[in-house]
Amino acid sequence: MRFEWFIAIRYLREGKAQTALVLGGTTVGVAVLIFLTALISGLQRSLVGQTLSAQAHVLVKAPERVARPLPGPDRPADHVEKVPDRIRSIEQWQRVLAVLPAIPGVVAATPTAAGAAFATRGPATKAVTLRGIEPESFSRVIDIVPRMRSGRFALEGAEAIIGSVLASDLGVVVGDKVRLATPEGRGDVFTIAGIFDLGNKEVNARWVFVPLRSAQTLLDVPGGVTTIEVKVAEIFDAERVAREISRRHGLAADSWMELNQQLLIGLRSQSASSWMIQGLVVLAVALGIASVLGVSVIQKSREIGILKATGTSTGMVQRIFLLEGALVGAAGSVLGAGVGSAMAIAFAGLARAPTGEPLFPVDLTPGLYLGAAAVAIVTGTLAAWFPASRAARLEPAEVIRYG
Amino acid sequence: MAEAGGDVLRLEGITRDFGAGEARTRVLRGVDLSLRRGEFAALMGPSGSGKSTLLHIMGLLDRPTGGRILLDGQDTGVLDDDGLTRYRGSTLGFVFQFHHLLPEFTALENVMIPMAAGKGRVEAPMRDAARALLDRVGLSARADARATTLSGGQAQRVAIARSLAMGPKIVLADEPTGNLDTQTADEVFALLREVNRDEQVTFLLVTHDRRLAERTDRIIELVDGRIVSDHTNPPR
Repeated sequence: MRFEWFIAIRYLREGKAQTALVLGGTTVGVAVLIFLTALISGLQRSLVGQTLSAQAHVLVKAPERVARPLPGPDRPADHVEKVPDRIRSIEQWQRVLAVLPAIPGVVAATPTAAGAAFATRGPATKAVTLRGIEPESFSRVIDIVPRMRSGRFALEGAEAIIGSVLASDLGVVVGDKVRLATPEGRGDVFTIAGIFDLGNKEVNARWVFVPLRSAQTLLDVPGGVTTIEVKVAEIFDAERVAREISRRHGLAADSWMELNQQLLIGLRSQSASSWMIQGLVVLAVALGIASVLGVSVIQKSREIGILKATGTSTGMVQRIFLLEGALVGAAGSVLGAGVGSAMAIAFAGLARAPTGEPLFPVDLTPGLYLGAAAVAIVTGTLAAWFPASRAARLEPAEVIRYG
Repeated sequence: MAEAGGDVLRLEGITRDFGAGEARTRVLRGVDLSLRRGEFAALMGPSGSGKSTLLHIMGLLDRPTGGRILLDGQDTGVLDDDGLTRYRGSTLGFVFQFHHLLPEFTALENVMIPMAAGKGRVEAPMRDAARALLDRVGLSARADARATTLSGGQAQRVAIARSLAMGPKIVLADEPTGNLDTQTADEVFALLREVNRDEQVTFLLVTHDRRLAERTDRIIELVDGRIVSDHTNPPR
């Protein structure tokens, strides 16, 4: 065993009350770190997950047309007004769709043709959003298949997939027929192939999926699509991907982050306050370790002098106390990981939905434990720096004589 | 290497000042002193005469303000702090008045510490070497006792064993019997003497006890930072 380890471990073992004190402080600190991080990242993951359950990470649309002045002396008018919103197709969308996967971060893309429509069954009529899709590529962008209540997520011919709320509003089940018509009067009858529940009441009440070709006909955009929906590998990378798409293809591309600014601000300030609390906790732990080790160095002054008189070098003395700090950090992170995990699991257990399911998961990942351990060990070592340097500087002759 | 009977330690014009400016005081005022290999000498003097300071300087625990220290032929002025620590570890042993054993460790571990510090590691053979040294001072039975549970005489014996751990050329003892009763003091003194004879280790004892001093080979007296007398005792 290395000499420094031998001495440091013995000092920690024998300094019972002091060791218990710093170990207790470090354990609590690490526990708070683990608990807060697990809770907040679990909570945020669940919030973002809910938001993105029915939303693509990036929405690509045809560029907005804006009012612009007309140049030239012989002009028929001052400026061109913005064209009243009409469903517009993305130009050359097949080509765009083909090259999108080449953009780094893009995982999948699917074309949709969307517009307003009415769903009618008998006397009941509901305003809906008609979404013409290719089910196979769509399910790669939005994970809808596991959230089918009944039927299947596939469309053949005149079939439609509707949300659970709309299904109960209209009183339909899989196999029933429903008439879908646009405000312009184009309409057709579709058979319900499946009913989904995306965990969002608005979506469940309004979305109606039909085959892309049917939607193109109903919305009068033959061969066109209104949006391309994109899934990215890393959700917080969506903004960059959106800008990249916009830059390369001259299209309007909005990330989920832009479309959910409020949520994002909320998440960011939550993270910031959590970081601040954790920073203060780490600081408190560091001060605790530094002061207890500082006292221990003063108490041990004479012993340190003896160690130096009997061949222990200045560097060794310094390493002994740095090691004490690091060991406290390491032991504290093991104990704190246990306490913090127990707290997180217990807390998540308290917050349950009426169905008995936990409202949100706690994110207890190996990375979190490693990170907390690294923070604790580095904090312990840094906190020990001042006491250790003080110990190393002690002059043996003086401390032996005067203590 | 010093020849048998040659100088193992030589001090040349050692001065030591403490404090600065007005408060500056000169504790050692030019000390010249040689110790021969195998010598058993006593350093005496009234309180405040500079005995402990001189001992610390000889022991490389403190640096002189002026002068030169030749230890086993090596000019120690050229060594840096780590060099001094290493040289101190391998050449010098210390016995202090209040034994100064490390309370967290057993008697055996206290004896091992200089060996482990010297090598930077704790190794199994060190245990055997330490046990042999404890045997040498008659304490093998208490090898695994906590330092804090030893009596004064026992602790001082452990301290003597520790001072011998690295096979030193010189052992410097600062009032090694100062806080022991007369009988225990005599036993500890006898042990020092025995080690000196058997192992040819040079001893320098700082003591107030003239009775003990007269049983050494030589008495050096220090007053106000100067050597005022240095004479050889008649062989006993």
